[in-house]
Amino acid sequence: MSVVETFYDVIRRQGITRRSFTKFCSLTAASMGLGATGAAKVAQALETKPRVPVIWMHGLECTCCSESFIRSAHPLVKDVVLSMISLDYDDTIMAAAGFQADAILKETREKHKGNYILAVEGNPPLNEDGMFCIDGGRPFVEKLKEMASDAQAIIAWGACASWGCVQAAKPNPTQATPIDKVITDKPIIKVPGCPPIAEVMTGVVTYILTFGRLPELDRQGRPQMFYSQRIHDKCYRRPHFDAGQFVEQWDDENARQGRCLYKMGCKGPTTYNACSTVRWNNGVSFPIQSGHGCIGCSEDGFWDKGPFYERLSNIKQFGVEANADKVGIAVAGAVGVGVAAHAAVTAVSRVTVKHDDKAPPKG
Amino acid sequence: MNVITQVNDISDSHGEKTVARRTVYVYQAPVRVWHWLNALCMVTLFITGYLIASPPDSVTGEAYDHFQMGYIRFAHFAAGQSMAALFLLRIYWAFVGNAHASQIFFVPVWRADFWKGVLHEIRWYAFLEKYPRQYIGHNPLAHLMMFSIFTLGTLFMIVTGFALYSEGAGRESWQYKMFGWVFSIFPNSQDVHTFHHLGMWVLVCFTILHIYAAVREDIMSRQSMISSMISGERQFRDEGV
Repeated sequence: MSVVETFYDVIRRQGITRRSFTKFCSLTAASMGLGATGAAKVAQALETKPRVPVIWMHGLECTCCSESFIRSAHPLVKDVVLSMISLDYDDTIMAAAGFQADAILKETREKHKGNYILAVEGNPPLNEDGMFCIDGGRPFVEKLKEMASDAQAIIAWGACASWGCVQAAKPNPTQATPIDKVITDKPIIKVPGCPPIAEVMTGVVTYILTFGRLPELDRQGRPQMFYSQRIHDKCYRRPHFDAGQFVEQWDDENARQGRCLYKMGCKGPTTYNACSTVRWNNGVSFPIQSGHGCIGCSEDGFWDKGPFYERLSNIKQFGVEANADKVGIAVAGAVGVGVAAHAAVTAVSRVTVKHDDKAPPKG
Repeated sequence: MNVITQVNDISDSHGEKTVARRTVYVYQAPVRVWHWLNALCMVTLFITGYLIASPPDSVTGEAYDHFQMGYIRFAHFAAGQSMAALFLLRIYWAFVGNAHASQIFFVPVWRADFWKGVLHEIRWYAFLEKYPRQYIGHNPLAHLMMFSIFTLGTLFMIVTGFALYSEGAGRESWQYKMFGWVFSIFPNSQDVHTFHHLGMWVLVCFTILHIYAAVREDIMSRQSMISSMISGERQFRDEGV
């Protein structure tokens, strides 16, 4: 296999037509918001640039990112982008195994030192010296650090790698830690979601291949092009939110009418992702369209911001069932009662004092 | 009458008794106007803020006939931005106004007599002191509460409020450029919503205590409180204070 083989060479060899290739370039350019000339840039890059070697590693995770990725809407993605980026190493779906697979890691590190992209699905647990995730006979965290040291950049796939996800939810017994807390000296792009949208994943990879750099990132290290707007901002049920039409019960008329799921705990207003525009499974649907609120799976610590079915998050410090209103009403009530009691004592003490004694004595 | 004859500054002319009281001009007009507009903003924000988190029952009919949530949110944003603008003017007035105008923006933690004063006020509220002390501005305990709960609380609500507003206004908005750093501290904006909501309850508690203390001390501390925020003048009912 030649190192200088391009993406285009690979897809032609695999029997993909140029027409399909062009469609893929247009779709990807559009989803990245690159404008009218974007498709040509993408096409040119994929035709001429040598493929960037990608190492895809798996830490503590459920493989839903990979599952999502291989279900990308466009057939090209499934057939080619995946094979393109997993050619070097992906222990879940590669043919090689055991020592043979590990040898590829070593080879890539030496041959493409400083040039390969490290894509990480899942995260390393740090407790007990990383013993909760053993990969190839040693803690995953060691393997991660080793491969990261010679990588050009790191893609943190999914909520696990980006934020920690379910294994990092309280009390996080394994001390599962997001990638950017472990690797601090490399550019890291977070592509959160549980899983991320397939088109978002391929869009990110394509951008890196096309332009040879990471896309513009936001404060949290996510690509602006897919994570700069909330689900809520582009939700097709938004007019019902503004009108004040909410699903009040799962089986009520409002639910049948497809109204806003805000009162049912939809996290769309606090979730940055492209679900309401790109949607899932070839653009068929997304959770809200299916009548279920967003659970905020691409947000930091979303497991601990529950309940999923209530608007206000629980505040665990004040008991299991407390939220901002329950805490606030209790405190304000206590203040009110305290004030009333204090006023009563004041009144009693005042009537027992003669009026002339209320002023301090002169002198 | 016995009570009146004890007071020195009394004149008895033509059978009419008048009493002169000592008054000090404390709250200048901009402070008073700010106080009441701010109170109006806060009440609006409490109600609309609560309704944003727990919206009223759904309206029926077609969505295009209604804008209920939109109007509630509009009122919240309008009141919030008014409060922020007023807060800026208030900070400006702290510099150009009289000595009392800057009182709520700092606490003289380095002064021992301030802490002695706080202790005295705590004892006063615990019914351990027989006579109140009288201050031209805020008493030390009120001063402490004003700064730590009202001023810092309002600042917190303004900052988190603009940060939350920037979520809808977009990444290019000045709100995001100025207040987006909040999401570097709390990456999940649901947390910011929760803290903003808790902040409302803190300010509700402040309001209860503030009104209670103003009414109580108007009676008990032998000085005007409520009318002072209308006329600007504080009247002391005793001499030698």
